Amino acid sequence: MWLNPRNPQLNKNGELHHLLSLEGLPVEILRQILDTANSFVGVTQRDVKKVPLLRGKAVFNIFFEASTRTRTTFEIAAKRLSADVINLAINVSSTSKGESVLDTVANLSAMQADMFIVRHAASGAPHLIAKHVGPDIHVINAGDGRHSHPTQGLLDVFAIRHYKKDFTNLRVAIVGDILHSRVARSQIHALTTLGCPEIRVIGPRTLIPAEIRGLGVHVYHDMREGLKDVDVVSMLRLQNERMKGALLASGQEFYKYYGLNDEKLALAKPDAIVLHPGPMNRGVEIDSSVADGKQSVILPQVSFGIAIRMAVMSIVAGN
Amino acid sequence: MKILIKNGRLIDPKNNIDAMRDVYIAAGKIVAIGAAPAGFTANRTIDASGKIVCPGLVDLSARLREPGFEYIATLESEMDAACAGGVTSLACPPDTDPPLDEPGLVEMLKYRARTLNKARVYPIGALTAGLKGSQLTEMAELRDAGCVAFSHADVPLTDNQVLFYAMQYAATFNIPVWLRPQDASLARNGVAHDGQVATRLGLPSIPVCAETTALATILLLARETGARVHLCRLSSAEAINMVRRARHDGATVTCDVAVHHLHLSEMDIGYFDPHCHLIPPLRSQRDRDALRRGLADHTVDAVCSDHCPVDDDAKQLPFSESEPGATGLELLLPLTLKWAEEDHVTLPTALARITRDAANILGIDAGHLSVGADADLCVFDAERYWKVEPSSLLSQGKNTPYSGLELKGRVTHTLVGGQVAYEAK
Repeated sequence: MWLNPRNPQLNKNGELHHLLSLEGLPVEILRQILDTANSFVGVTQRDVKKVPLLRGKAVFNIFFEASTRTRTTFEIAAKRLSADVINLAINVSSTSKGESVLDTVANLSAMQADMFIVRHAASGAPHLIAKHVGPDIHVINAGDGRHSHPTQGLLDVFAIRHYKKDFTNLRVAIVGDILHSRVARSQIHALTTLGCPEIRVIGPRTLIPAEIRGLGVHVYHDMREGLKDVDVVSMLRLQNERMKGALLASGQEFYKYYGLNDEKLALAKPDAIVLHPGPMNRGVEIDSSVADGKQSVILPQVSFGIAIRMAVMSIVAGN
Repeated sequence: MKILIKNGRLIDPKNNIDAMRDVYIAAGKIVAIGAAPAGFTANRTIDASGKIVCPGLVDLSARLREPGFEYIATLESEMDAACAGGVTSLACPPDTDPPLDEPGLVEMLKYRARTLNKARVYPIGALTAGLKGSQLTEMAELRDAGCVAFSHADVPLTDNQVLFYAMQYAATFNIPVWLRPQDASLARNGVAHDGQVATRLGLPSIPVCAETTALATILLLARETGARVHLCRLSSAEAINMVRRARHDGATVTCDVAVHHLHLSEMDIGYFDPHCHLIPPLRSQRDRDALRRGLADHTVDAVCSDHCPVDDDAKQLPFSESEPGATGLELLLPLTLKWAEEDHVTLPTALARITRDAANILGIDAGHLSVGADADLCVFDAERYWKVEPSSLLSQGKNTPYSGLELKGRVTHTLVGGQVAYEAK
């Protein structure tokens, strides 16, 4: 076994082989990714945007669940590293014919894939794939169920570091549907590893998981109280289907109590920044004046996302 | 065939025996314990020096996957596994395909099992036709065909009126009803305990209240209807407390736990190990410890293997999509011994939970070594260590969370009706 059984994303030298989750990643690896991404920010702003780090490598975007933004930014990142990119939307092809995840992956491996970018609706699917691919193939999790979305978490902490420089004196609030959010879990792990002293999660009791305090966060149900004096406000997307079930009463009531508007944002520190992983529901979790306001870093997040994905792909390919 | 089992330490919890005694068997029955009966000449002598001789184990829940799921396991493979595990009587849940809801099916299963001449099979009948939760089955007819109790297996029975009537009807004939308490709506889509592991891994969860609200309903309906209720595979500390209180208030319910839940907790899921995807879910370490204590103080009457063979393809899936269950027949004895050793429970008490007490719940004459009883017994080496290797298990289900674990206690001989049904090589 070439992987470390205690942490299946690391090889036996403790280097990043797959990126499956931010939980349990050493701080040195997180910093390495952020620093490498920083060097790619320059590349993405150049006239000629390509570097040859992944030349000749085949990167397969295998998305068992629909996505536009994440898939596109992975594709751009891979192309800027000079890789060959193949996009597969599996939800409309093989699984509808009854093929299992592992069979799909075995077939693609036989096509000499070097890297799989995987999105799946079930938590843990990338772990399963990573366990069964050959030793030369790298797996990068592009979002699995409610579990993890590590590159999103990384680009969020990259944005925070970019604007706030240091994590060790920050107060960060994550607001909304924590229960179903792989983004929230990834942010929490990245922030705690990087030394952020106070993370708050804010939402109604129906959307906060049972044992979230075990991840080292403070729970608030009153958004005004939770936003007081924070440096960073991370808003989560509220899936449309959540507003129809028994978890919430309505989009309007959610917006009234947990939507971010200028008045609530004023409770945070004056220089607080606002993050959102997109796609936004304006008027459900965030008001347009905040989304487009001067404290919003939502669009820079997207550009940083490309640099982060370039960094992750080049690091795993080099290990 | 006359068999002498000599030099063994005989432990028979029902008859309160724990002593060096020889066992004499003739014509399928135990004919003497201790001194040889007059004129007894053994055709075969089994030397049990250094070993323990006990009643054959009685398992309250073993899925044999027949009829309907023969690609997962067959009666042949699972009966071999039972005998290799020292199990001589087992109850099988009705969630076969078709479910055990007609006398013909039950008779066929009993007949198939009998011709194999291995462990004795006691079918649990379906409480409702097709396990669909609306029409009651012909419980009295099914009982006459061989069903010892009725249950809904793990299929949700959401209509409390149907449950109420089913219990009343069963009570009419004094037929036991076995229920695993779980509120289907509170458990909807859940695959893991609503605790720190599900929170971290983002797994849809099943809260403890899914078990306790259903348990409260069952306890009240049992009191109301006078039905003989057995509670299957409780998983939480709170459920054990509720049973303890109900008993204190005069309820006559019995309950069991699955042997896996004595040793594993949600933490064992690790990085999404589908072998730890079980029904009910593995709960917290606190819950696990409460089950262990409950079994020791006899709040929990018995422990079962909850044997669920699952084929490999159904486990090689993301955790929430994988099929729940673990193989158990060959592990029931060593895992029970492990609990006993770790919690300082005496060997006779531990063996009682998988012999005498389980037989009492089933209402069968088994689980003891009285003179005149069927010679169903098990000889095992309590000190022998062995490593769990899925490929060497006789069950067709190789799905085990204990792969690679060293366990103590290995069966050397299993006798059913005075015939050697298993002998270790």
